[in-house]
Amino acid sequence: MTHRLHFTLNGQAISHPCDPDCRVIDLLREQMGLTGTKEGCGTGECGACTILVDGTPKLACLMVAAQLDGKSVETVESLEKSEEGRKILQAFVEHGAVQCGFCTPGMEMASLAMLRSGRPLDRMAIRSGLSGNLCRCTGYVKIVDAVAQACKGTDR
Amino acid sequence: MDTPIRLHHSLARNDGRPKACGAERYAADRYPDPYLWAGALRSGIPCGRILSVDTREAADLPGVFRILTASDVPGTNRQGIVHKDMPVLCEDVVRYCGDPIALVLAEDKAALQQALSRIRFEIEPLPAVCSLDEAMAQGAPLVHADRPDNVLAHALIETGDSAAAFERSDIVVEGSFSTPVQAHAFLETECGVARLEEDGGLFMEVSTQSPFRDRFEIAHALGLSYQNIRIVSPPLGGGFGGKDGATVQCLLGLAALNAGGRWVRMQWDREESFRAGYKRHACRMNYRLGATSDGELVALDARLWYDTGAYAHLGAEVMELGMEHAGGPYRIPNTRIEGWCVYTNEPVAGAMRAFGVCQATFGIESMMDMLAQRLRIDPLSLRIRNALHRGERNCAGVRLETSTGIQPCLETIQAHPLWKTRDEWKRQAPRFRKRGVGVVAVWNAAGYGGGVRDAAIAKIELCDDGTFLVHNAVSDMGQGNSCAFFQIAGHILNQDTSRIAVKQPDTRSAYPSGSSSAGRTTYTYGKALITACERMKARLINRAGLVLFLQDDDGIEMEPGRIVHRPSGREVSLQTLARMMQPEERVILSESLAPTCKDVPKTAKGFFIGFPHVIFGYGAHLVRLEIDERTGEAAIIDYLAVTDGGRVLNPAMFEQQIQGGVAQGLGYALMEDFRTRQGHVITEDFTTYLIPASLDTPDIASIAIEADEEESGPFGMKGIGEVAMNGPLPAVANAVADASGRRICEGPITAERILGLT
Repeated sequence: MTHRLHFTLNGQAISHPCDPDCRVIDLLREQMGLTGTKEGCGTGECGACTILVDGTPKLACLMVAAQLDGKSVETVESLEKSEEGRKILQAFVEHGAVQCGFCTPGMEMASLAMLRSGRPLDRMAIRSGLSGNLCRCTGYVKIVDAVAQACKGTDR
Repeated sequence: MDTPIRLHHSLARNDGRPKACGAERYAADRYPDPYLWAGALRSGIPCGRILSVDTREAADLPGVFRILTASDVPGTNRQGIVHKDMPVLCEDVVRYCGDPIALVLAEDKAALQQALSRIRFEIEPLPAVCSLDEAMAQGAPLVHADRPDNVLAHALIETGDSAAAFERSDIVVEGSFSTPVQAHAFLETECGVARLEEDGGLFMEVSTQSPFRDRFEIAHALGLSYQNIRIVSPPLGGGFGGKDGATVQCLLGLAALNAGGRWVRMQWDREESFRAGYKRHACRMNYRLGATSDGELVALDARLWYDTGAYAHLGAEVMELGMEHAGGPYRIPNTRIEGWCVYTNEPVAGAMRAFGVCQATFGIESMMDMLAQRLRIDPLSLRIRNALHRGERNCAGVRLETSTGIQPCLETIQAHPLWKTRDEWKRQAPRFRKRGVGVVAVWNAAGYGGGVRDAAIAKIELCDDGTFLVHNAVSDMGQGNSCAFFQIAGHILNQDTSRIAVKQPDTRSAYPSGSSSAGRTTYTYGKALITACERMKARLINRAGLVLFLQDDDGIEMEPGRIVHRPSGREVSLQTLARMMQPEERVILSESLAPTCKDVPKTAKGFFIGFPHVIFGYGAHLVRLEIDERTGEAAIIDYLAVTDGGRVLNPAMFEQQIQGGVAQGLGYALMEDFRTRQGHVITEDFTTYLIPASLDTPDIASIAIEADEEESGPFGMKGIGEVAMNGPLPAVANAVADASGRRICEGPITAERILGLT
């Protein structure tokens, strides 16, 4: 059963024929070739597949394609296109927040939502904001450093 | 001007940006168009005899391409790094719940799942041994018929005369300890793609820590010529030892052989990874430690039992490394250390960061605090007093001829405010909370050890465009060895970041350089690369001299993108030079061999390979924690890790490794507990198997001790990937004992155990 879905993907209007029951993570990775969104558990526990849907962090492994209809979707591949995204990218690279890098896209998307919220963020708040994203390599310290740096001077 | 790359500072990782942008391609990101899905049917029971496997109904389902069973496996159908006792597909018996009995190839995942559920099989359950106790009981059923008493390996280390030394000890302390099974829990599960190429060769791109060894494993198991197997290893989404050894490789190879030339893709889901992936060995330990009344260690008796699960994998070697470290980084002249590695019908244990050592460290470091308490001296002073120095013999009787920085690590803790202010800090504990401080000394060997040649062959190439390509041959699972190679090449060749690239392992273009394991990757390959780069530099300077009509090489220097004759200011670009040189002239290979012990003591019996080691990383850790008296919960307030890893090549990457190792160790200390019930896995997702998240992990401070550089290492470094993992469990145990007076001898140290409920 194929339906045509209409949504915005990384700023571009998309009209895509697909099975509406297809998992969003498979839609993005296999059908759209956007493999930056990673699958770590498939059951919504690791956060590696975090994307933003209408600006809110969502887990692509727990959503089906039909849920994207009419929505705006952002994946890690969009980071380079916005100033906020570039801030996060730069901070992750500079602070050594990336080791194996498999959790990184999900971490960055969760961080982007935090940064955009404009809330004041101390280290504890950053840790809270990242608590749904597992990292097995870094020990989180450098990730928190990176997000703190990216959020510096953000007064929105 | 373009700034040349320099060592010993925090250069941003060369793979940081592609990974951060989502552009890096991992094995999990390969979706060849089109491809078949491969998936294994697993036994689901811990022990039994296969009576029948009926694939007919499943094979007739739409979308099912092929179903294979043991009779379809050419070759020996056996895999295993040292002991080849693990079938690719089981023939007659199954030995654990994850044992594979059929392999399905299907057009899509849905058809694969359906086929897996429609294969009819009958397994007659046999009595299983699901713990060390059951496996070691008199008359226990045998996991492998040819292994009496379920013993895979038994070994002994004896130095001095421990019996006599215990007699003359003023104080003897005793303790029994146990550690749980830990899962690697890398985020990228075991995966890869493969196909048969037109020339009949097998091509595989796989998440692996050992691409060159994979060829032997696949060739042996499937009866292929290993020269006809090409393995490509992209960056791994984590490994920690769990991808050292065949995971999907042999199944994927078998699938490709039967896919009619089509691509095949296999990726275990998280549940399958928990069930069928390798684990850290559960361990049981009995310790006795003897000392004089003024705190000099004189005698150690340690007995260690490691549970290897259903197959050997690296069980014997893990046990041996644990035994070699069982006495800690201390001077103990009389030791008796005995180890057993035991088969059970449990998931297969294998390599994991700190390979057998973190278990033994829990034992000895708990004993040191127990001894300090009896002696009424502070636990840090006791450790400093007995810390090993270079030139002394360790607990395995091996004289330490390389850098041995444990004392400066401990002294750094001693001088640190977190230690000096401890009493005051403890006194200020809030209501209903108790505070405690724990310190430990840790060490971890780097390299394979005696009997296994720890060698690497580096390759550097000057490309057509005048840039350099390092052909890395040891996988980067995130630890950053490829960035270290990037820095080493850039530093020696005096090039900037735009002119060096690192290609990840490909068995067709790189050369065998061992596995990504044992804290050896940067050390061994890095040494080979240094020579390769120096030779490349000398050759290019010589060729530039020819082009510039110079009598000799005096005054010719490399600069980013060019070679300059300083006295005359004349220059030639690397691009021009590259185009003038023959392709084979633009490639340099160089080999290195890690040092081995020249004076092997006759202290170890029953060791097969891997004894002794000569290079060790050292560390001292301090933890300050707070226990909630009402809930038993332990909150880590401060963590400090001081590490001797020789000279540091990249301080930021050094910190990453230490902080990551400590976090993984804190998981092991506080929450990680892979559980089975009668051989069935009951922690098979991240809601039942908990690993530390950002709120569970404190800010971890790391200090590097660089005074004692490792002369044998590349630019003075030695591997530190594993040593940090050893600290947290005993440090937490010691801090909990300090806070509550209750010593916990069984990991993980959960709230229930702190309250004494279990």
